[in-house]
Amino acid sequence: MLGVLLLAFSLVTIAHAELCRPDAQNAFKVRLSIKSALGDNAYSWDASEEYLFKAMVAFAMRRYSSKETTQISDVLLCNMTERVSFWFVVTDSSRNVTTVPGSEVEAAIRMNRNRINSAFLLTDKTLQFLKISSTLSPLIEPSVPVWLIVFSVVLCLTVAGIAFLVVSGIWRYKKSNKESVETEDLEDKCDTPVTIENGIPCDILDLKTGQINGVYAADDERFTPL
Amino acid sequence: MEKSRPLWDNPLQFVFACISYAVGLGNVWRFPYLCQMYGGGGFLIPYIIMLIVEGMPLLYLELAVGQHMRQGSIGAWKMISPYLSGVGIASVVVSFFLSMYYNVINAWAFWYLFHSFQDPLPWASCPLNSNHTGYDEECAKTTSTQYFWYRKTLNISSSIEENGNIQWEQAVCLILAWLVVYLCILRGTESTGKVVYVTASLPYFVLIIYLIRGLTLHGAVNGLIYMFTPKLEQLANPKAWINAATQIFFSLGLGFGSLIAFASYNEPNNNCERHAMIVSLINSTTSIFASIVTFSIYGFKATFNYENCLNKVILMLTNVFDLEEGSLTADNLDSMKDYLTTTYPNEYAELLPQIKNCSLEDELDTAVQGTGLAFIVYSEAIKNMEVSQLYSVLYFIMLLTLGIGSMLGNTAAILTPLTDSKFLSSHLPREVISGIVCFINCIVGLVFTIEAGNYWFDIFNDYAATLSLLLIVLVETIAVCYVYGLRRFEKDLHLMIGHKPNWYWKIMWAFASPVLIISLFIFYLTDYIRSGTLQYQAWDATEGQLVTKDYPSYALAVIGLLVAASTMCIPLGALIIFITKRLKKNVSIRA
Repeated sequence: MLGVLLLAFSLVTIAHAELCRPDAQNAFKVRLSIKSALGDNAYSWDASEEYLFKAMVAFAMRRYSSKETTQISDVLLCNMTERVSFWFVVTDSSRNVTTVPGSEVEAAIRMNRNRINSAFLLTDKTLQFLKISSTLSPLIEPSVPVWLIVFSVVLCLTVAGIAFLVVSGIWRYKKSNKESVETEDLEDKCDTPVTIENGIPCDILDLKTGQINGVYAADDERFTPL
Repeated sequence: MEKSRPLWDNPLQFVFACISYAVGLGNVWRFPYLCQMYGGGGFLIPYIIMLIVEGMPLLYLELAVGQHMRQGSIGAWKMISPYLSGVGIASVVVSFFLSMYYNVINAWAFWYLFHSFQDPLPWASCPLNSNHTGYDEECAKTTSTQYFWYRKTLNISSSIEENGNIQWEQAVCLILAWLVVYLCILRGTESTGKVVYVTASLPYFVLIIYLIRGLTLHGAVNGLIYMFTPKLEQLANPKAWINAATQIFFSLGLGFGSLIAFASYNEPNNNCERHAMIVSLINSTTSIFASIVTFSIYGFKATFNYENCLNKVILMLTNVFDLEEGSLTADNLDSMKDYLTTTYPNEYAELLPQIKNCSLEDELDTAVQGTGLAFIVYSEAIKNMEVSQLYSVLYFIMLLTLGIGSMLGNTAAILTPLTDSKFLSSHLPREVISGIVCFINCIVGLVFTIEAGNYWFDIFNDYAATLSLLLIVLVETIAVCYVYGLRRFEKDLHLMIGHKPNWYWKIMWAFASPVLIISLFIFYLTDYIRSGTLQYQAWDATEGQLVTKDYPSYALAVIGLLVAASTMCIPLGALIIFITKRLKKNVSIRA
């Protein structure tokens, strides 16, 4: 009895060893970069972490196929290195000693990548499944590009400034035109009834004794006294 | 009553206007390149010598001519001698070409400024390809900043023959740039005088902020040490001296007529000698200051790329040989490489072609100038800083104020002769003339917004002003010294400033500067003739890098037209005046 059990056990182990080896069919290589992701908060990779990994892969398979048949013991890990990297394969317990097709495993992991990453506090870059390419998330584009908003603001300010300067220039021009027209009108009004000589209306000249020309006023002192 | 000439409100406005015009993009993107290529700190020796021999005297000459004649370039040279009206026209033509293409740089600066308000910056990472499995093909081959410049900003075609469509985004930015310039020149010196307070001083604030930030960046010291270490053997290379002379010449903006225009709005007794020395010293100091900032940015970028390269190699080795994380560091990389070569010779030999030899010197040696430096290298450095949006906004505002300050001078060079001419100013007010000039420039400038626009921009940048300016300034100097007469000029200066120029200025004007300009002219002519066909750098989207191509014949024809249009004005002007005088004489003799 014991011998049979031992034989079965060794057969299973050998079979498992055959199923999980580097570059086996339907096997994937996983690489973790815990120290570069977490720095001082890095945890060390031990058997418990391996158990968590197996559990996450089993969870992903269950989610994907939505039949609750995958067990944690179906996930086999091998070739652990110091890097930390290893190979894993998912076996199908319903059929004897065969592996689940790689495409199914790939799809399952893709679907639940976020959950697996969060379980290990890592990202797509630091928890790498080497044959499974991750879909990159595109940048969120706002509905109106930001640059158009800033552009419109600057454009409106500039056009407002130009309009203000042009309008104030025209207004100033019209005002100076109106003033010169008014002074011309005033002179026209004075012209018809009053004759003007040298800008001084003649009737004032008649009344006053004359206009004193200020230029010569100070010159009296220049003359040498007799 | 004749309208009196508008004046600057105070001499400070005039100095600021000259500084704002002279300190432009060339100080930021050309001088650091020259410094790096021609001997680092040692380049300062030919630079300062050329400043003293060529820069200050020629600047003083132009300012004095403008201030004395109190007219724009056409009127001023006509007064010196009627046969020289062609010189003024040539200046206006060159300024017209310059303003056509220069404002496109302001449009690009606006584009980058508007895009700096996003988090993360759009040039920080590559966009994804159509099915989101990886990055865009073109972007993956080159860096994300180059991709943003060549694809998103310019949408450049692969050669000058493929014209492509007008890029509407660039077109609206160009229209905005011209509207801003129009706003600043609308009222003449009244508005320009206020604007130059901002455009002259703001770049210095930003440069100081960048200096402090740049010097505190990781790896900045590498750049400063590498660039400023004098390589005195370069002083024996004649190209160093020629480039120093050329840089001083073009950096001060001589020959465009802008300085004459600015000086014509001065009070007649303004001390232009002192102002000439101040402006040229400030211009050169700014160049050196800007190169300190640029080299510290280079150092930061080079160190960052070098460490990235090392990290990539370490990651690759760690992954392939499944070593423990952190066992490979930058320090033990070489010893570990030897260990791996001996332990796993086969796998290592397979891996060897992929392992890049990371070298800090190689990263520092990449010398860039022009739009590549301003829009690619700087934006790459900015995206790696913390609070990159703030530094990006500051930097592009600085580029804008530098560019608009220079545009004010360019447009003044075109508008002052136009508003001085009695024919035009009697029919149209100043605002309308400015508007028409801006409108024409804007329409022509739309050529630079097509997909092949950057190639045409390079044509204008390299050929529109270089040879013509040398000829214009040569004729100017000879005209003032020998046609007008140095003694007459001395007396005019004595009238304006109160003292005659001393022997140093006279020797420089009469002998040193003309000889220098003639030798520069001969050198450039022989260089153009010897190099045969002219070539340009085209962006190859499939390779993700620049390739050299030959200009097609129609592009060469445009180059020839550009140079001829301005240089031919000088002899043509003299010829026409000669013929009209002869005709008048004949008519008066016959009458």
